[in-house]
Amino acid sequence: MLILHCPNCGVMADETELTAGGEAHIKRETVGSDDAAFEQYLFQRENPRGVHFERWRHTSGCGKWFHAARCTASLEVFGTYPAQTVEPPKEITDKITAKRPGWSWRSFS
Amino acid sequence: MSTRLQTKGRLVNRDRQISFSFNGKRLKAYEGDTLASALLANDQMLVGRSFKYHRPRGVVASGAEEPNALVNLGEGHRFEPNARATTTEVFDGLKAGSQNHFPSLEFDVGAINQHLSRFLPAGFYYKMFIHPRPLWKHVYEPFIRQSAGLGKAPDAETRDPDTYEYFHAHTDVLIIGGGVAGLTAALAAGRAGAQVILCEQTADWGGRAAVDGDEIDGMPVEEWIKNALQELESMKNITLRTRMMGAGVYDHGYVLCYERLTDHIGPSEGPRHRLWKVRAKQVVTATGAIERPLSFAGNDIPGVMLASAVRDYAINYGVSAGDRTVVVTNNDDAYRTAIAMLDAGLSVPAVIDVRATPDTPLIERVKSRGVRVMQGMAIAKVKGGKRVTGVSVCSQAGEGAVLEDIACDVVAMSGGWSPVVHLWSHCGGKLTWDEAGAFFRPDPTRAPLSFDGTPFVIAAGSANGEMDEGAVLADAYTMGQEAAKRVGATPKGAAPTAKDTAQAPLLPVWMMPQGASYKLRSKMWLDYQNDVKVSDVQLAAQEGYESVEHTKRYTTLGMATDQGKLSNINGLAILAQELNAPIPQVGTTTFRPPYTPISMGAIAGEAKGEIFQPLRRTPMHDWHEAHGVYWEPVGHWRRPYCYPQSGESHEDAVNREVVNTRENLGLLDASTLGKLIVKGPDAGKFLDMLYTNMMSTLKPGRCRYGLMCSENGFLMDDGVVARIDDDTFLCHTTSGGADHIHAHMEEWLQTEWWDWQVHVANVTEQYGQIAVVGPKARDVLQSLGGMDVSKEALSFMGWADGTLGGIPVRIFRISFSGELSYEIAVDAGRAQELWELLHANGQQFGVMPYGTEALHILRAEKGFIMIGDETDGTVIPQDLGLHWALSKKKADYLGKRAQQRTHMTDPDRWLLVGLETVDGSVIPDGAYATGEGTNANGQKVVQGRVTSTYYSANLKRGIAMGLVLNGPDRMGEQLTFLKTDGTAVHARIVDPVFYDKEGVKQDV
Amino acid sequence: MKKYSAFAIAREAARYHQGWERAWAKRAPKAKYDVIIVGAGGHGLATAYYLGKNFGITNVAVIEKGWLGGGNTGRNTTIIRSNYLQDPSAAIYEKARSLYENLSQDLNYNIMFSPRGVIMLAQTHHEVRGYQRTAHANALQGVKTEWISPSQVKKLVPIMNIEGPRYPVLGGLWQARGGTARHDAVAWGYARACSDMGMDIIQQTEVTAIKREGGKVTGVSTTRGDIACDKLGIVVAGHSGVLADMAGFRLPIESVPLQALVSEPIKPCMDVVVMANTVHGYMSQSDKGEMVIGGGTDSHNAYTQRGSFHHIEETVRALCETFPMLSRLKMLRQWGGIVDVTGDRSPILSKTPVDGVFINCGWGTGGFKAIPGSGWGMAELIAKGHSPLTDEFGLDRFVEGRFIDESVAAGVAH
Repeated sequence: MLILHCPNCGVMADETELTAGGEAHIKRETVGSDDAAFEQYLFQRENPRGVHFERWRHTSGCGKWFHAARCTASLEVFGTYPAQTVEPPKEITDKITAKRPGWSWRSFS
Repeated sequence: MSTRLQTKGRLVNRDRQISFSFNGKRLKAYEGDTLASALLANDQMLVGRSFKYHRPRGVVASGAEEPNALVNLGEGHRFEPNARATTTEVFDGLKAGSQNHFPSLEFDVGAINQHLSRFLPAGFYYKMFIHPRPLWKHVYEPFIRQSAGLGKAPDAETRDPDTYEYFHAHTDVLIIGGGVAGLTAALAAGRAGAQVILCEQTADWGGRAAVDGDEIDGMPVEEWIKNALQELESMKNITLRTRMMGAGVYDHGYVLCYERLTDHIGPSEGPRHRLWKVRAKQVVTATGAIERPLSFAGNDIPGVMLASAVRDYAINYGVSAGDRTVVVTNNDDAYRTAIAMLDAGLSVPAVIDVRATPDTPLIERVKSRGVRVMQGMAIAKVKGGKRVTGVSVCSQAGEGAVLEDIACDVVAMSGGWSPVVHLWSHCGGKLTWDEAGAFFRPDPTRAPLSFDGTPFVIAAGSANGEMDEGAVLADAYTMGQEAAKRVGATPKGAAPTAKDTAQAPLLPVWMMPQGASYKLRSKMWLDYQNDVKVSDVQLAAQEGYESVEHTKRYTTLGMATDQGKLSNINGLAILAQELNAPIPQVGTTTFRPPYTPISMGAIAGEAKGEIFQPLRRTPMHDWHEAHGVYWEPVGHWRRPYCYPQSGESHEDAVNREVVNTRENLGLLDASTLGKLIVKGPDAGKFLDMLYTNMMSTLKPGRCRYGLMCSENGFLMDDGVVARIDDDTFLCHTTSGGADHIHAHMEEWLQTEWWDWQVHVANVTEQYGQIAVVGPKARDVLQSLGGMDVSKEALSFMGWADGTLGGIPVRIFRISFSGELSYEIAVDAGRAQELWELLHANGQQFGVMPYGTEALHILRAEKGFIMIGDETDGTVIPQDLGLHWALSKKKADYLGKRAQQRTHMTDPDRWLLVGLETVDGSVIPDGAYATGEGTNANGQKVVQGRVTSTYYSANLKRGIAMGLVLNGPDRMGEQLTFLKTDGTAVHARIVDPVFYDKEGVKQDV
Repeated sequence: MKKYSAFAIAREAARYHQGWERAWAKRAPKAKYDVIIVGAGGHGLATAYYLGKNFGITNVAVIEKGWLGGGNTGRNTTIIRSNYLQDPSAAIYEKARSLYENLSQDLNYNIMFSPRGVIMLAQTHHEVRGYQRTAHANALQGVKTEWISPSQVKKLVPIMNIEGPRYPVLGGLWQARGGTARHDAVAWGYARACSDMGMDIIQQTEVTAIKREGGKVTGVSTTRGDIACDKLGIVVAGHSGVLADMAGFRLPIESVPLQALVSEPIKPCMDVVVMANTVHGYMSQSDKGEMVIGGGTDSHNAYTQRGSFHHIEETVRALCETFPMLSRLKMLRQWGGIVDVTGDRSPILSKTPVDGVFINCGWGTGGFKAIPGSGWGMAELIAKGHSPLTDEFGLDRFVEGRFIDESVAAGVAH
């Protein structure tokens, strides 16, 4: 039963208040993209056993989407941040580096 | 025999005698008794039968670890199987019965299995019953299944009259276990000022210390407990709860606690169980330790008990398990049982100690009272059937040659103690092997981690592997302070102290005697309930089931209702011995919640019956109810399916409603339709992305039907969009779609186009919506007066605000039936009033309400698609001939790219057509049209399927829509639809519009 | 291999069971195999078994990082059924179900297949139409199912409350030859049979790298050294993403926890398997007497083999509503598995971008029932390059937009 800090309204939200939204920072592909790129966009997922950047919505709360950096093996949450961004904030990636040297995630690590 | 002693018993109230029954026999008990102590007081040692061999089973333990004493409790709607007698408090009038025997506990025909046990080793069923195959189905399996189970199944029509509830709590520190360790930890955390919840699974504080301990802080243990409680009760930051068990520890400090509120008083008002969901910053597990049995032949005969349990019954309940107790042990602690028996005036013929150890104070005390202590000795075999009659003694070092027989009626065994590490382990806490104590203890360097990566569980006292009283108290205080520190409090005060009694080291002995023959090993029980013996674990290892999980599953060791609390370590040790590997290398099985079984009722909580899931009601719900509605569940809504009149079948009612709406006037409650307001300077641009067609060009005052696709290309919703003003749109969604389309819009706005200036509000429940449909629709509105609803003033696909009969309304001229139709939105609070007005004024025009089924038929007659019928998540707009709704001017919309993929542009996709049966009958729902031959997997080839199929009372024939391979190019062709009974229906491919093909009736 | 039978048990009983041999041999890995299967769960072992049995390929190793059958094979609710809607699904699940019928005899290991029947409850009109459609599809697919009325449901399941206030039972889709089997025994039976064919089952050995040359697989590195192979089958369920990463490709897969629980054992009271999809719960009674209950998945990715308790609450709440007699039974144990879920929730049995590497994953919550069919098809795919059972389940479908969607439910409309 996870607990995540909602960066919008500031509460520590219980998992029952939240809806998980899958991998974060996926760039939308649309008309003009090739089949492979479009398939990547819709279906290919990192699905790591480790650091995962992901989307959540504070559904039964403020209703806002936000992002979390979380370990899928230990469930440690390295930080949460607003969804209106194309990459994780440096302070969070620094924190992950300090705790998990050598971690990697697409181009962000 | 077991009986009530003259000594008082510290937990029972001798002034209040109560009565209960066991297997129909009326028996006496005292207030404070557990069912187990009360049964023993009445010489009822035999309490049940084991699972596999139906061996006689007696009480072994005195607490939650009890594997044998499980009973059927109560009767009727309050019947409960598998109640643990050792944790069931007796109340006046309690009814209990023993389990798993036929015809009676004393004489059980299933006991034949114990004589066949040699032919029923671990895993025998995997090796048997293979041939001939029919015998498995008709003979073996039914037999195995009939002999399954322990407790009686509740009656099929049982309706539990009790209620259950949830309780949510947040705290700094949750301390689980109210023994002296838990109390001490609570004192430490409480004095530091932390918010603390302390819970204890039994009715009493103090745990076993009062049975075993001498003094704490220089006073008798019981007095210390009283003082500690007084201090804790005086602290406002501490919540104390008895009869509340820590059931499971979950991620991020979430802990489930199970409080039993009325089980100890019987049927009563108020909730029976309360499930606490505690979010704790720190959890202290002060859950104590459990004594281990020893493995010797006949260790399952009633009368063989844990040494600690024997003295618990004597000291706590004033009950003796028998007159002559032989103690068998590998440690000093069990000598306390000998002392307790002697203090109670009972006899202890011998203490059999596998060790050859110099006298320690405890041994000395026993010897000094004239008890024979036999060192280096073991039990070769216990004698007796349904009750112990004696033991044969042998040398531990040998193979079991009997040196001497000793008569006795109780064997008190102790194989040492294991910390209760369940709660520590539930959420990933790791264990380390303690050589000296021969047990697993929590490894504090590998504790469960919380959301911030810091440890959140701390084990304290015996649960942390400290077995001496002084050490327990010191450890518990330290751990309580540590918990307080971690939540930012400042520790103060000092730990209570107690003198440790010097003890000789335990000698890990996993089998008695060490060279026992197969014959003896096949009589040494590890798991009493599931009948797993030393020989079974050895067989598993021999056959290659080497992993502890394999062994467990192959033998069923530890899989009974006690989840191996007594058997796990012993079984593991036997396996390790067999594999010639150190115990820690063999590892443990996974500890899973709950610690002991918790009721399904408590897990389900308050929500049952009418409040199982909240029902959504439209403003006209009560009116429908009062007018004979037959409901259809639609999501969480109830919608009228039809309104049968007296004597009418549902089908008749639907046909009448369909005809009347086309000929006169129908009223439909359309309130469940989703209503989303999309507003802002970028609203038009946003809707152009959401819908496949162009919405930004819609003029204020006008409506447009739109389609929504998922990014994966599939149709997900449809509905009419009305433009209210330049910045504002009202989007209607399907009833089921309101919430998820709202969420869908929010998701795209917040996570992709967050710079677009748009707000979305879901106003579905703010408005009632009434569809007024049929040739007389205009007449009835005009009869109400208030606004101009003429064709000129309010044309098809237009909308207008105004009043009707004095009620403010917004009218949309849209039609889902093909008839003249007005959909009227009205404030929810006045919707029923308007409905009643329309119904009353409509009488002169032949008004009738109609339900969802008529709605479906009316739209099918017109060839209108229905999300959920024509679509199923695999259909794209192109399949349904909706190309007109796919904007070619827009560069992009959700789903556009997806629809360009090869499979979606495949010319062989199934496309929408109408279907008309040759004989006028109705094609069954979901039928497929067959093609030629079979595919590579031998399945019949199909070339289409029905998506909507109805009897049209207007056309007096069956009509259908369907998706058919190249359908639109095959007009007039005949298809064969196969029914499940093997017969066929033949249907012609036709245009999907069956009624008013030109569409003149809706536009008048 | 000595045959198992009642006679064998009597024979061994006479010598105190000292004569039983290992169910599967313990051998050191060889330097090279024709085929290596990574993952000794049901699917991996079945793949190896049918490679040997159907194609004579026995120079095979099955490498397992833990203990065989220790993943989802040993954690599921053991339901077997094949009443699927889409043709490719019905084909592979029905193949599996029909192989289950004779699997005990085939493996000489009693896997306790119990065709007690499976009911999928319809509790909304939408579900009624959905299951009637499935019944029609099944008739054409050679899957024997039947639509039954509420009173027939009640007759089959007397403990069910078919008139619950919230979701009354409107009927059900009945598959009489669906049922359950003993999950561990399926893995053990296949392992024993594989071992008997000379295959090596290498437990406690983790694959750490997949070696390639010129786009073709050459072998694997493991915690016990390098092992060469011509072909490699990855059959590791929840850990597929990790293995695919080693081979240099990504998958349309996410791994999420799925939870299940059992009650304490009671005397037999429910003779069939019941699935109630509207309320997300399914239940059967095991041969031991426990009520075996499965629920939903968590929606966030996790590799913890434990889930969030509120899913258990939802499931139990729904089942207490459907089976009111459950209320005073007690939950004995809850646990979780990691299930790998694909973009269309149907499995992947496919070639991969690496020549010689094949993958079998994405079974989500439905893997156990498919084991024999999946192994049969996967063996054919590895041996021959394609199989009618697996052709539709290729990775290419996600590029083409050709999905196998069993959920077939958009919202209920208007």
